[in-house]
Amino acid sequence: MRRAPARLLPLAVLAGLAACGHSDMSAVDPAGPQAARIATMTWYLTIVGSAVFLVTTGFLLYALWRGRRRVESYSGEAAERHIHRWIYGAVAVTTLILVVTLLYDFTTGRALARFAEPDALTIRVTGHQWWWQAQYIDPVPGNRFETANEIHVPVGRRVRVEVQSGDVIHSFWVPNLHGKVDLIPGYTNTTYFRADRAGVYHGRCAEFCGYQHAKMDFLVIADPPGEFDAWYRNQLRAAAAPADSVGQAGEQVFMSNRCAMCHAIRGTEAGSRVGPDLTHLASRRTLASGVLPNTRGPLGGWVLDPQSIKPGVYMPPNPMKSDELHALLSYLESLK
Amino acid sequence: MKRTSVPPYLRTLALAAALAACDREQRSFSETPPGATAFPAVQTTDIQAGPKTTDPVVGTYQENRVAVSQGQTWYEQFNCAGCHAPGGGGGMGVPLNDAEWIYGSDPENVFATIVEGRPNGMPSFRGRISNTQLWQLVAYVRSMSGLTPKDTWSPRSDHMQEGRPKRTATPQPQLP
Repeated sequence: MRRAPARLLPLAVLAGLAACGHSDMSAVDPAGPQAARIATMTWYLTIVGSAVFLVTTGFLLYALWRGRRRVESYSGEAAERHIHRWIYGAVAVTTLILVVTLLYDFTTGRALARFAEPDALTIRVTGHQWWWQAQYIDPVPGNRFETANEIHVPVGRRVRVEVQSGDVIHSFWVPNLHGKVDLIPGYTNTTYFRADRAGVYHGRCAEFCGYQHAKMDFLVIADPPGEFDAWYRNQLRAAAAPADSVGQAGEQVFMSNRCAMCHAIRGTEAGSRVGPDLTHLASRRTLASGVLPNTRGPLGGWVLDPQSIKPGVYMPPNPMKSDELHALLSYLESLK
Repeated sequence: MKRTSVPPYLRTLALAAALAACDREQRSFSETPPGATAFPAVQTTDIQAGPKTTDPVVGTYQENRVAVSQGQTWYEQFNCAGCHAPGGGGGMGVPLNDAEWIYGSDPENVFATIVEGRPNGMPSFRGRISNTQLWQLVAYVRSMSGLTPKDTWSPRSDHMQEGRPKRTATPQPQLP
């Protein structure tokens, strides 16, 4: 009975770690089958690797503790055979572990790659320095739209993500849902995942891409199917014209300043695709690619001087009078 | 017969009413004139009236390779290439990679051209691009005709590949 608790200790530790509450950015808290396969393999490699390390270190420490023995005790046929048995045994165990690991890795990789499905929801993600452009591709062109830095997916449905790069190599990584997929300029990589649990999952750029690589986060939000359809329909709509005078003044500020040179708002004359699409800016939870919360204060600070928040980003400072800024913020907040 | 004449006070009143309808020209002296910008105005010459007190601001980007490269990005993204062609060969707009400069080739001249616009189709970008972006564009435009140092030129296009790779992992659908 005394050995039972000791045997249960590693399991208890694992269970404790897994039950630490769901994390929104954890590769060992999978929310989908792809990430689950990767997480299981992660645990397997960790445990097997730790065991091998402990055994090897144990033998080393034992040898050190035993100290040197006289040479005579190592010579002779029996001693030779004894030593050989140990060596063959260790080599056999090592080979076995490596072969099993290889097979496991191969089958996991195959399972990950075979998650394709022709009816998957298709999102084309283009990485730019330092923001994410997401286009929802539908066979019907009228059902396509573009958004930035926040993608929604329906729970329980496979999603195909085609990743491209607009400039340098980036990497699309949502730890809860899948491994890393590189965005290589001139080439389209395709991956599939599925979210089995509703929630907000944090993603990150996982390949150094320049000055603000560390601030190139994005969100993948898994919605129940009804909520996802409502979100999709809303995103398809063009921006409504502002109803109040403050919003109209803000729209004037937007069009007469530099904003329209880089940003598009569907439904207006602003159609530039240099920077993120702002048609439904107010429906997003974060700004500046996951760096700021999407509230009035940070939005104002970002519009006035993005260089102080994300230095090196390609959006210039936009000094303007305070009443213009107030009107512009009201207009941007109306872009739900 | 009594001579009916307008009493003096009525005449004064009528005259005053007539004169009040004529407004003086309204002039506001404290308003910012349209040409003023926060950035010190660029001079296209270094001769000044009166004592020379300020050096013309040129922007430090003429020998900066990053600026030339970034200017190339703006050249494509703000659609300068639409009229002047990628690489400056010209089309609807004049070529920018030759030695012929109608309005001057100094950085200040090119800056003024972009900011002010020019007759026959060059739009004015005043207030639409930041000054940093403008100076980067100026550097790139001048580099197209070789006016910036050679080590600022990009040895190749900024794009990794000019087009789709010939073989891709996902087969492309064949159109009839």
